[in-house]
Amino acid sequence: MAEVSLTSVEKYYGKFKAVHGIDLQIEDGEFVVLVGPSGCGKSTTLRMIAGLENISGGEVTIGDRVVNDLPPRERNISMVFQNYALYPHMTVRENLGFSLKIANQPESAIDKAVDEAAHILGLDELMDRRPGELSGGQRQRVAMGRAIVRHPDVYLFDEPLSNLDAKLRTQMRVEIKKLHKKVGNTIIYVTHDQVEAMTLADRIVLMKDGHIIQAGTPLELFDAPVDTFVATFIGSPPMNLLNAKISGPSMVLEDGAQLPVPTDAKDLVRDGQDVVLGFRADSLSPVGHGIEETGLKAEVELDVQLTEPLGTETLLFVDFGGKEVQAKMHNPRHVAVGETLTFQLQIDKCHLFDASSGRAIRN
Amino acid sequence: MQDRNQAHRIRKRISTALTLLALFIIMLIICVPGLWIVLNSFRPTVEIMAKPPVWTPSFTLEHYRAMFGGAGEGGVPVFAYFRNSLIISVTSTLIAILIGMAGGYTFARYRFAGKSSWFVGLMIFRAVPGVALSLPLFIVFARIGLIDTHLGLILVYVAMNVPFTIWLTDGFFRQIPKELHEAAEIDGCTRWQAFWKVEFPVARSGVASAAIFAFLTSWNEFALASQLTRSVGSKTMPVGLLDFTAEFTINWGGMCALAVLMIIPALILTFLVQKHLIAGLTFGGVKG
Repeated sequence: MAEVSLTSVEKYYGKFKAVHGIDLQIEDGEFVVLVGPSGCGKSTTLRMIAGLENISGGEVTIGDRVVNDLPPRERNISMVFQNYALYPHMTVRENLGFSLKIANQPESAIDKAVDEAAHILGLDELMDRRPGELSGGQRQRVAMGRAIVRHPDVYLFDEPLSNLDAKLRTQMRVEIKKLHKKVGNTIIYVTHDQVEAMTLADRIVLMKDGHIIQAGTPLELFDAPVDTFVATFIGSPPMNLLNAKISGPSMVLEDGAQLPVPTDAKDLVRDGQDVVLGFRADSLSPVGHGIEETGLKAEVELDVQLTEPLGTETLLFVDFGGKEVQAKMHNPRHVAVGETLTFQLQIDKCHLFDASSGRAIRN
Repeated sequence: MQDRNQAHRIRKRISTALTLLALFIIMLIICVPGLWIVLNSFRPTVEIMAKPPVWTPSFTLEHYRAMFGGAGEGGVPVFAYFRNSLIISVTSTLIAILIGMAGGYTFARYRFAGKSSWFVGLMIFRAVPGVALSLPLFIVFARIGLIDTHLGLILVYVAMNVPFTIWLTDGFFRQIPKELHEAAEIDGCTRWQAFWKVEFPVARSGVASAAIFAFLTSWNEFALASQLTRSVGSKTMPVGLLDFTAEFTINWGGMCALAVLMIIPALILTFLVQKHLIAGLTFGGVKG
């Protein structure tokens, strides 16, 4: 059990700066997900915490020890790799017990710990098989078993689910969350999948180009993105973004349509300012098929270009403000392509971003 | 439709038969010389020299008896040659594998300045024909007293085998995902332990293939050995074959008998490690 803290941690590969001075405090027992597009430095950061990459600058502490120059084996961490990295020449039992054997634990203690981990992960039947004889999901579980057998201070997960098919991924996601409930250790989890980040994390750390863009609970990132990057990265479907210009009390979209400025943002924008209007599909619904909200609303007539029925709701693709945007229809009925519907936009649920910097306009 | 199916089936059968026939002929070309050596070693000399060749085998152990017999009756110091060959081949193989494995691992895992030039350099070194080196080697070895010693040949064979073993083991270590040693290090291993407990066992087949190639190269090498050895104390079996040539005659029967003795250990070794060889060739199937 330990907290992990990163203080202006940097990573250079030759001249290239992969991680730009990251500061991050992770509480004991917290489930933190590092998420971002590929090449954002999330895996590098994780590998620096693990000791698999040198730290070019700054300081990493686990518990109360500075671990910058400690080899991985002295950091009391365990890690689950994307390709599992099971030892192919050992059985599942030997794979699970390897770390304890290296630590010269007595045979009986190893057996006990291995059986316990195997039981938690439902591996009892597979103990004498080799990794080559296991399915992807089973290998994944063995990799997790190998991590928990040792009761380390911190678990590190490096995109552990990206090699699994969609159904198994959802299943393993639940198992990882249950595992965290059970063992309660600090977990640092790297993924590029925002759904995984949203569902698993106590706290999401969203990275881009070696910087932390925003860190917070999943709902904080969803409801109050600091810029357009966060707004489009978190949430599915991504937030719709429309260019607009402030003109007195209203915003003018590219196609000339006028909408009132959201109440919260009224005092923060100036006349003639170029802004980006962001709203989620949930905030734009055909009248009578939305979620009832208080606050400012606007009604617009839009043509439906395409529909994606998902059962409990239907995604409608419509042209709005000179762009294709996605709207959501709750309690759906059949909608024909080309049909014109009256949509209600929840103005007060909209986000405004500065057009040049992309930063959110907010108090 | 029926006819077309049948036509295809017949064509397939014919092509299978032709393939088998071609394979048989190729195998014949490869195997007959070896088989002929074995047969000749058991034949009286007249029969060996007969034209046209005698196909019906007769059987005699006279060549073997003579070979193991006294020096006067056509005997050669078989055991001494065998011992020399074994000492030189095994020692040089062990050293070449240790160096080659370290080199291969380094090329596969580490980045360092001039890596590819080093690698190409090693391969170019390998491309130099061994015989071309025999004169310089002879002169150098004569100066420092390594002519006619085990050590001299061992050094030569290590130098010959190291580039090849580096190249082969590099390929095998490259196929092992680097996450394996990372996982081992996180599990508590030092880099050294991670290599011996995880990466080496996984690459075992590759190392075994490299070892057998190195061993066979040393075991069969003739050109350099014939220049650098002189006496019973260091001559290897291939050089020993020359004992059967006199000024005007060649004792073919004796030569074949010694050749058979030379082939046997190589065959046994190949047989023992063949499982590893095949596993080595299909290594890609192992996925962490």
